[in-house]
Amino acid sequence: MAENNEKTTMSRRRFIKNSSYVAGGAIGGGVLGTVLGRNLLNDNQGTAPKESSGDSSQNFNRALMYFTREKDFNILSQATERIFPEDDNGPGAIALGVPFFIDHQLAGAYGHNDREYMQGPFYPGSDFQGYQTRLKRHEVFDVGIQAMDRESQKEFDASFEELEGEQQDQILKKLQDGDVELKGVTSSTFFELLRSATIEGAYSDPLYGGNGNMEGWMMKEFPGNYMSYIDEIGEEEFITKEPKALRAHISTQ
Amino acid sequence: MATELEKVEIVTVGVGWTGGIIAAELAKEGAQVVGLERGKGRSTEDFQHIHDEYRYAIRYELMQDLSRETITFRNHRDERALPMRQLGSFLLGEGLGGAGVHWNGQTWRFLPYDLEIKSKTDERYGENKLGDDYTLQDWGISYDELEPYFYQFEKTAGISGEENPKGAPRNNPYPTPPMKETPITQRFKDAANSLNLNPFHIPSGNLSETYENPDGETINQCQYCGFCERFGCEYGAKSTPNMTVIPTALGTDNFELRMHSNVTELMYDGDTVTGVRYTDLQTGEEFIQPADIVVLTSYVMNNVRLLLNSGIGRPYDPETRSGVIGKNYCYQILPGANGFFEEEKFNTYMGAGSLGAAVDDYNGDNFDHSDVDFIHGGVAAITQTGQRPINNNTVPNDTPNWGAEFKSQSIKYYHRVLAVGAQGASIPHRNNYLSLDPDYKDIFGQPLLRMTYDYTEQDRKLHNYLSEKCAEIVREMGADNVEPREISDHYNIVPYQTTHNTGGVIMGADPDTSAVNNYLQMWDVDNLFVVGASAFAHNGGYNPTGTVGALAYRAAEGIKKFREENGQLVQGKRSSKQV
Ligand SMILES: Cc1cc2nc3c(=O)[nH]c(=O)nc-3n(C[C@H](O)[C@H](O)[C@H](O)COP(=O)(O)OP(=O)(O)OC[C@H]3O[C@@H](n4cnc5c(N)ncnc54)[C@H](O)[C@@H]3O)c2cc1C
Ligand code: SF4
Repeated sequence: MAENNEKTTMSRRRFIKNSSYVAGGAIGGGVLGTVLGRNLLNDNQGTAPKESSGDSSQNFNRALMYFTREKDFNILSQATERIFPEDDNGPGAIALGVPFFIDHQLAGAYGHNDREYMQGPFYPGSDFQGYQTRLKRHEVFDVGIQAMDRESQKEFDASFEELEGEQQDQILKKLQDGDVELKGVTSSTFFELLRSATIEGAYSDPLYGGNGNMEGWMMKEFPGNYMSYIDEIGEEEFITKEPKALRAHISTQ
Repeated sequence: MATELEKVEIVTVGVGWTGGIIAAELAKEGAQVVGLERGKGRSTEDFQHIHDEYRYAIRYELMQDLSRETITFRNHRDERALPMRQLGSFLLGEGLGGAGVHWNGQTWRFLPYDLEIKSKTDERYGENKLGDDYTLQDWGISYDELEPYFYQFEKTAGISGEENPKGAPRNNPYPTPPMKETPITQRFKDAANSLNLNPFHIPSGNLSETYENPDGETINQCQYCGFCERFGCEYGAKSTPNMTVIPTALGTDNFELRMHSNVTELMYDGDTVTGVRYTDLQTGEEFIQPADIVVLTSYVMNNVRLLLNSGIGRPYDPETRSGVIGKNYCYQILPGANGFFEEEKFNTYMGAGSLGAAVDDYNGDNFDHSDVDFIHGGVAAITQTGQRPINNNTVPNDTPNWGAEFKSQSIKYYHRVLAVGAQGASIPHRNNYLSLDPDYKDIFGQPLLRMTYDYTEQDRKLHNYLSEKCAEIVREMGADNVEPREISDHYNIVPYQTTHNTGGVIMGADPDTSAVNNYLQMWDVDNLFVVGASAFAHNGGYNPTGTVGALAYRAAEGIKKFREENGQLVQGKRSSKQV
């Protein structure tokens, strides 16, 4: 089973490489936005054409666990794509499923700071004291995404989804610099969560819904879950391996 | 109302390396030992699906649940300390085996210089090399006295290593040969040799071959799987308490392990400790466990906190510089240099937690400090621990940390960066200390531990020096672009650095300036032993656990003696005029 997936996956990767026009930087964010707005929720690979999907025809995992409005989800999706864009190396955040990864994470322990100290009192703290908001991560995303749209309206008189890529970058940069007023949290805290969650979604095991078909790993030539390198670690030349995900590791399926 | 249980002879608070060593050594002697561990049980069987970077290395599944308890932190005394709300700078252990389950396994002996750092520094450089604010102290034990205990830990753990020309002298070879040579370790060694340094393989707790220890426990051969530190080992090839001392203790029938048991207080009558109070985290029931001997093996943070919350010992006061509990908290600095290689790719995704090569030429007092205004140094090493893709996105300094350029550069350099890093020693300063927080509490309503810590002038100078030395090695290795690391403006609790926290219940020869004697027995309370890196009077230029293990075996010997002799095992040498 897993073997089959890997083969299809490799051919999909080649396809993406040859077709970087699908969502490349040349196309404005506006067009990209509409395409995605339509496609995202019923196509299991975002921008990827159906026949190239490595999985079977339906991926039931690609639905919303946390977000209630598609508009918020689309803003999130586009922000992740600016952080980790499609390019010559391969797919960007959307095609990898990163927005779904984040949505699912926000619904669970991560989003609710289950294993973190969340008792008050709360004070802003210095830059060296870390996370200090009373908001949980899922609330930080709510506040942050709303602010992105507000800021877009203010600066460009349009919704974040409708902006050109570079305009979206300007908004993101402002957030990163802490220059957007958010309720209960700094915008740089929100941006850092968004940035790291995007990288996490691109490269975590596909079991979490991101790193679609292990293509995040393939771009990086990271082989995923191998049990032993004892016979190869002494080798001089670089060794490229077909990646394996944790699913290949479970005996009962 | 707490249920009072039947008295036992010995209780350990926490069951990691230190708790496990005490339990094994005393249970083998026939003492009845109870181990109270607040986390859950775990063994190799739990690690068969462990190759999951997100779950274990990013969300820290094996580490402490901070929703119950954390520490608070501030850089300076005049700042408000705030809770460390999520793990970052260091990763506290929790559960059977403690941090010993998810450590790398780099297993060092501190240098003879470390143990007598004050005398030796004064002797060579005069009495005021650093100035009065640095609370440098000897450890109250010499290297020669500690040597057999180092070996005892290495034999139990099966450490794989080779002779280190500049390291602490050894009376015996390592139990197993060093780990494999790889193109990366070879490259480092060639460069070091051409710079006239003395390279060698890092002593490793990931074993080069299958090994049976003197207690009859077997540790398997490492597979270089690349998911080692922050993970448990699916092969039983990493030397951990769970593979060694814990089964040994359980095998005697004299050791009882109670999981989910969170100790909240030591019962103290002003003279001796009569037992401990703990809560079963699964039922909420509270118990008092009376004991003849109590051993704190709950890591630096809780060793200090439980003493302070139980009113034991004299809390350190940075203003008057009196008291000892919480004193000399130290950490480490991480100088180094990244080398970017344009034409070559390395198999950096393969590796093991302790695979690497190092030089000790810049560690301890192995070089003359007459012309520099700092002391000590650190081991400089290249490690090949297995780079995983979420955590490893090293890019040249001028690259943004998101967007198109970040993506292509981080992918390009993923297999093209080799870094040489040093573990810079940490010298105690009067303003760096541990105390109780006045505001924040744990789930039981007890004060959290408060850390006050920042880099010192000594840290900054040593950092610059070592980063430059590391850069020389990386250049010699042939990197196209070399970027030395810089120290941040202040110590930052957010990014991971090391879990090498030390001090707070330090050992020494003088009861006025130290908390425990050289058996780690409290000066003030004869039947209380406090074991761990909390006993370090400063932090050296290596990972701590080899030395922690040695001190735990030393403490075990002390406890054996105490069972026969009672009373203080060491005559304190009061040097000061203090009252
Ligand atoms: C990612 C990582 C890598 C590391 N790599 C290295 C390395 O390569 N080399 C090296 O030398 N060191 C390394 N270390 C450090 C090493 O793991 C520790 O020095 C060592 O495990 C400490 O052992 P310990 O017994 O003192 O404490 P721990 O292992 O922390 O055990 C303490 C135990 O006490 C329990 N406990 C705490 N409070 C209570 C309470 N109130 N009641 C009941 N139980 C309690 C905890 O749950 C824990 O299980 C690493 C650490 C980490 C996190
Ligand atoms: S690298 Fe070796 S010791 Fe570490 S987890 Fe893998 S097999 Fe175990």
